Amino acid sequence: MDLTLKVWRQKNSQAKGKMETYPISDISEDSSFLEMMDVLNGNLINSGKEPVAFDHDCREGICGMCSMYINGQAHGPMRGTTTCQLHMRSFRDGETIYIEPWRSGSMPVIKDLVVDRSAFDRIQQAGGFVSVNTSGNTQDANAVPIPKVNADKAFDAAACIGCAACVATCKNSSAMLFVAAKVSQYSYLPQGEVEAKDRVVNMVNQMDKEGFGNCTNTGACEVECPKGISLEYIARMNREYVSATISSEKK
Amino acid sequence: MILDSKTPEGPIKDKWTKHKNDINVVGPANKRNIDIIVVGTGLAGGSASASLAEMGYNVKAFCYQDSPRRAHSIAAQGGINAAKNYQNDGDSIYRLFYDTVKGGDYRAREANVYRLAEVSVNIIDQCVAQGVPFARDYGGLLDNRSFGGVLVSRTFYARGQTGQQLLLGAYSAMNRQIAKGKIQMFNRHEMVELVKVDGKARGIIARNLITGELERHSAHAVVIASGGYGNVFFLSTNAMGSNTTAAWKIHRNGAFFANPCYTQIHPTCIPRSGEHQSKLTLMSESLRNDGRIWVPKNLEDAEKIRSKTIKPTELKEEDRDYYLERRYPAFGNLVPRDVASRAAKERCDAGYGVNSTGEAVYLDFSAAIERYGKEKALVSGIKQPSVEKIIELGEEVVEQKYGNLFQMYEKIVAENPYKTPMMIYPAVHYTMGGVWVDYNLMTTIPGCYCIGEANFSDHGANRLGASALMQGLADGYFVLPYTIGDFLANDIRTGPISTDLKEFEIAEKNVSDTIDKLMSIKGDKPVDHFHKRLGKVMWEFAGMARNKEGLEHAISEIKTIRKEFWENVRIPGDKDEMNTELEKAGRVADFLELGELFAKDGLERSESAGGHFREESQTPEGEALRNDKDFAFTSAWEFVGEPSEAILHKEQLEFNDIELKQRSYK
Repeated sequence: MDLTLKVWRQKNSQAKGKMETYPISDISEDSSFLEMMDVLNGNLINSGKEPVAFDHDCREGICGMCSMYINGQAHGPMRGTTTCQLHMRSFRDGETIYIEPWRSGSMPVIKDLVVDRSAFDRIQQAGGFVSVNTSGNTQDANAVPIPKVNADKAFDAAACIGCAACVATCKNSSAMLFVAAKVSQYSYLPQGEVEAKDRVVNMVNQMDKEGFGNCTNTGACEVECPKGISLEYIARMNREYVSATISSEKK
Repeated sequence: MILDSKTPEGPIKDKWTKHKNDINVVGPANKRNIDIIVVGTGLAGGSASASLAEMGYNVKAFCYQDSPRRAHSIAAQGGINAAKNYQNDGDSIYRLFYDTVKGGDYRAREANVYRLAEVSVNIIDQCVAQGVPFARDYGGLLDNRSFGGVLVSRTFYARGQTGQQLLLGAYSAMNRQIAKGKIQMFNRHEMVELVKVDGKARGIIARNLITGELERHSAHAVVIASGGYGNVFFLSTNAMGSNTTAAWKIHRNGAFFANPCYTQIHPTCIPRSGEHQSKLTLMSESLRNDGRIWVPKNLEDAEKIRSKTIKPTELKEEDRDYYLERRYPAFGNLVPRDVASRAAKERCDAGYGVNSTGEAVYLDFSAAIERYGKEKALVSGIKQPSVEKIIELGEEVVEQKYGNLFQMYEKIVAENPYKTPMMIYPAVHYTMGGVWVDYNLMTTIPGCYCIGEANFSDHGANRLGASALMQGLADGYFVLPYTIGDFLANDIRTGPISTDLKEFEIAEKNVSDTIDKLMSIKGDKPVDHFHKRLGKVMWEFAGMARNKEGLEHAISEIKTIRKEFWENVRIPGDKDEMNTELEKAGRVADFLELGELFAKDGLERSESAGGHFREESQTPEGEALRNDKDFAFTSAWEFVGEPSEAILHKEQLEFNDIELKQRSYK
């Protein structure tokens, strides 16, 4: 395949960025999108230019590191897919492909296509855990049965890979799908119930502090989420939040 | 130097308990004055960081990714073993211990493996308490499945994403401590040198991958949890960034490197498709619970399949060779990974391979779909279901069990594995070898520890499925937090370690000089060029089958590639900024040294053991033939300069609780 790539180049967080055009040829349909980027970078290095910096690691759709806005869509045209699992057979020969970083004020560009997602870590640090120490003396794993439906729902929520496609695609730069997934995972499990109220309040507060927008139910996040996290979790988080702020004994 | 494993005396089942009672403990007030550096935040590093911080130590954790949650443990699919015996199939700590030692082809240290089996049960309890959503049955209790090399169901799982859920559990435990200020987290930082003061590990030099700045970090102990070195093969199931740099730097500083040639080639990976390929993708071993592996019985059929004149589904039952079931009736498709991989290679080498490259075998789910379909029809009260109905119901069950894996396969290969059998081929997956550690998980450098895949300790010459997650979490949650106290008890009066010490200055200067040297080469070839060449040599001469001539050739070839790398590599950009090519160059430089030691180790070990198959040493049936008389030891290599001139130290392995036998899965 022969393609024309328009790629966002930005030296660092302070510098001004712009789109650069790179023609590329002889790309196999069976290669992945990132392997195509590897070829581009090989060409750039050979011609004495700097390669395009982009985040990637596992290349099997689970680490959540890759993050490209391709032709105006987070992770490109295929649903339920991360950039690294996207293959060139999803594109046409001769096509022009636009490649941009995630765009959100709360996730500034570090270089080229690499953005700073540390806000997600800080939201998790605000309450995305069960307060249990390592001891070896916790009760037997089967002491508390958990209904299969709840375990499955907790799992569906826990499948989030923290890639931030939801934020990138949202017109409000909202991180609510991400936060709701974590809040919901624990709220479905007895282990997380004890701290449920504090958790939802603290995590939502931190989310606001990071400058993420609110949810207006357009549902774009659910569509773009490579792991199919459901919008229903946002509703669940909102219920949890309301109930926590009304009933919490803490001020 | 005589290697002392410090294995405690006494009966094997009492060793760990007794040892915990005997070793020194640091009091709570003193823990607050002690700093520990942890490099890597996967299952081992993440769980260790969290546990050490909970105990009261000040932890500094480092990862090269943008968040600790992205460490490659996240990609582990199938499950985690624990001797819970929830399925009442006769499992026990002893049986898990026995299976692991046998699976490792009797090349692991007994006492370590027994301890691993012992703490395995705590891991599951701990993870459930953290809110890890393991798979459950309709009664709400935990579900299990079976993995290769064992005859019980002891594997706990969270669909095909067990590693992800366990790592997010460890990450959440870390987050709780980061919020409390007990862990200082350094994302996008790479350890590039170890700093020793008075012979003890007292800090590291780390490169800030955003600014390129070299930073000095001090501590009273350094823990390396940086994973395995499978990427020495360029193509592997490891993440693109997985590297050996942290482990190799401590090796260069005096930590012995053990059994580098023990590599696991995983039987169920998606076959390679072409030269552009950057990595290989694993299909979980759990698929072998339900999938049957076969190739055509006749060469003509294999040829027709390769040229796409017939489809695999058209081949009649009697024209298929279920070679694992044929050769190993007792374990069938669930033989250990090394055995399954070699059997696939044997069939493909003989001309029965199935995709266009001839390097693939089938993993077929049609029998399982039919079996599950009939079962489901019965349970749902459907009388005399049609074949279509059975298949429909069966596919639903298979989707529930392996849905994400089937989806992943379809995305990469563009074929529907529900309708046509999957194609699989072995790929480099895990490295059993690693930094030598004693029973306390301390390396030969005082104060420097090594845990998880980065060390060598528990899997011998071959790791069984679902045991890597177990070892990572065992080391991090339940072993290191105790054993490190024995060393740190001597440091309660030491006080903070200054980073202005001469040792830090020299270490930083060395790193800085090396970076300047790399940047100044300005050659013609990108880093990947050298990495790919190294990978090809490794795969061809130190891969699934090895022999003397090949390994000797590999050593000289790797030396040549290394020389050319240092003369001709091209790294664009500057050192004082994010520079992904410079990062890669540093890692490949270390792989180019490790590869040579790997080949040297394989050459020295002229027996076959587990994943290390020497063609000169096999049974008449082509199975790996050990030589216990001459090789029942761990090879621990001491760095002296050229990797191939490393000095060999032997730790003799003693088997008091398990009888040494030729491994058989027939």
